[in-house]
Amino acid sequence: MENLIGLLVVAPLLGAAVLLCGGRRLDRGGPWIGTLFAAASLAIAAVLFAGLLGRDADDRTLDATAFSWVPVGGFRADVGFHLDQLSMTFVLLITGVGTLIHLYSVGYMAHDERRRRFFGYLNLFLAAMLLLVVADNYLLLYVGWEGVGLASYLLIGFWQHKPSAATAAKKAFIVNRVGDMGLSIAIMLMFTTFGTFAFGPVLERATEAGEGKLTAVGLMLLLAACGKSAQVPLQSWLGDAMEGPTPVSALIHAATMVTAGVYLITRSGAIFNAAPDAQTAVVTVGAVTLLFGAIVGCAKDDIKKALAGSTMSQIGYMILAAGLGPIGYVFAIMHLVTHGFFKAGLFLGAGSVMHGMNDEVDMRRYGGLRKYMPVTFVTFGLGYLAIIGFPGLSGFFSKDKIIEAAFAKGGTEGWILGGAALLGAAITAYYMTRVMLLTFFGEKRWQPDERGELPHPHESPRTMTIPMIVLAVGSVFAGGLFSINDVFLKWLEPVTGHAEGHSPVSALTVTAATMVVLVIGVAIAWAQYGRRPVPVTAPRGSLLTRAARRDLLQDDFNHVVLVRGGEHLTRSLVYVDHSLVDGVVNGTAASVGGLSGRMRKLQNGYARSYAVSMFGGAAVLIAATLLMRAV
Amino acid sequence: MNPVNYLYLAALLFTIGAAGVLIRRNAIVIFMCVELMLNACNLAFVTFSRLHGNLDGQIIAFFTMVVAAAEVVVGLAIIVTIFRSRHSASVDDAGLLKL
Repeated sequence: MENLIGLLVVAPLLGAAVLLCGGRRLDRGGPWIGTLFAAASLAIAAVLFAGLLGRDADDRTLDATAFSWVPVGGFRADVGFHLDQLSMTFVLLITGVGTLIHLYSVGYMAHDERRRRFFGYLNLFLAAMLLLVVADNYLLLYVGWEGVGLASYLLIGFWQHKPSAATAAKKAFIVNRVGDMGLSIAIMLMFTTFGTFAFGPVLERATEAGEGKLTAVGLMLLLAACGKSAQVPLQSWLGDAMEGPTPVSALIHAATMVTAGVYLITRSGAIFNAAPDAQTAVVTVGAVTLLFGAIVGCAKDDIKKALAGSTMSQIGYMILAAGLGPIGYVFAIMHLVTHGFFKAGLFLGAGSVMHGMNDEVDMRRYGGLRKYMPVTFVTFGLGYLAIIGFPGLSGFFSKDKIIEAAFAKGGTEGWILGGAALLGAAITAYYMTRVMLLTFFGEKRWQPDERGELPHPHESPRTMTIPMIVLAVGSVFAGGLFSINDVFLKWLEPVTGHAEGHSPVSALTVTAATMVVLVIGVAIAWAQYGRRPVPVTAPRGSLLTRAARRDLLQDDFNHVVLVRGGEHLTRSLVYVDHSLVDGVVNGTAASVGGLSGRMRKLQNGYARSYAVSMFGGAAVLIAATLLMRAV
Repeated sequence: MNPVNYLYLAALLFTIGAAGVLIRRNAIVIFMCVELMLNACNLAFVTFSRLHGNLDGQIIAFFTMVVAAAEVVVGLAIIVTIFRSRHSASVDDAGLLKL
């Protein structure tokens, strides 16, 4: 049983190796080989899941040590795996959604010449992500963490012939690097404090360390989470990451990799529980991001970028929930799983639409597609209902719980967080309705592409629609199934712990309020985009709209503060180097040179002048001798 | 006669020689001035020998003469060679370590 955990990671890794080293003869079968390896790891995950279910609730952990990685004196780093309910949930999500998206990519990438490499990278991503969640220590987690960063970089820049894609890949990599720095500092701090990286000892003994140290570790972990999960202030890369192929956006930048930050915070719960200041920072980041992403999502006309803003916002909800402590961890993960279903489904739907519309991404040039792409319409529509929290669908259960938990935080803080979460729900309803109306309803606003051809929208092939259907089913039922008898809560409780909060408002009131804001959001969107025709070119818009189109000026901010600031810093350093350091060196050289230039003139070659020196010297010596004698 | 007068003479001769070495350009004249300085020294040695009543100064004067004789041979040979190649005995013309 334990050995299977290693195999879980090795299977997709092997797939990546086969595909990336196999050469051109695998070009043809590459997509299916990749899918097969992904499916193999899903099968292993299923076996492990069945094994865990067969045990008692308190005994559902598997530990395995594969080999000793870095044994140096007292320092030990092992490649060891730890599978408990939390990692199992992630493993099922990653392999499940991963396999579906592999299948989808078979259709989506059918005409791409480099698809073998694409599937190799996808498999590599699966391996790294699985390693991240099954690692039993922070150092190995870091390996997976960097691995998903690499896979993300390779896949965002997959169409590297487009300069925008290459730039976006670099941007994602560099911004992530800032977060990774946080994680590595956190790991070093852990090592100096506890002398080990392993989850067990670090988390059990977390309370032994001083609160200041724990706060530092927590803040560094939060920085790491911000980078990977695109949270304010490291959020700027996610929108540009949409340059990658759509299946990548669905798998990596919606369902799995960007949720790694939530995993990290939930996994390190013991540290955050003992460091209230770090928790405050976490909820602040979550609340700010959930509004930030939602506002950005409202203004974007690019369907994928609108969904990216939404992803940012939804992960903001999860981070917010994770920052609430034991009252929120379970709901963070529950929302993460349901979000994995509906957001991956929405992205796949967006990909399907783009597939049918000659890769057009501007929603203002869609319109009226529901008749032409019925399957996409229905699955996308179900995902839409799930994300806005329509009663009975997945998002309703998970998001409602988070809003309740935010209120249950208590005090002014609770009211602020709960209010932000409610406001976010209204904006979510607004922007998702906007996407839905612009894409599938209204008149046809199709425009000819650069070759002058009008698009002929058509339903996508079955390899693409089947994953969409499966994910749509998940988005409809997952939340409900999780909530029957609180099975999800009971499943995760042994790992994350759970506490009931004391909400100042009753659960029913929260639900009612959520419904009201949902209706308001949908109604505003309907008034703006459903009732009257939509212009093909975007109107100028208000100041806020224009700012939101520019991602609320995040790039401008980064440019002014970080890029310009960095340039000024380096320029002043160069100036100091030139004037001070080089000044000393050059000054010494110049003074020696000048002195010797003057001394050189003494050597004029005239015997008489040398004779004068000799006589002068002799006279001085004699005079000195006489003087000394006299004294 | 007071032997100290010889010392004054020696100082006078030495000074004349030194001034000649420093001032004149002709190598032969400089050479003669160097001889003058050497002989001024010899005179001083002999005078001191006489004053102190031992022979050390006289012996050193002989040594000086031997060295001076050797020096004259080598020095004149060099001066003659330079004169042949440059048609001038001026020391300023030979200011470089090459022809």
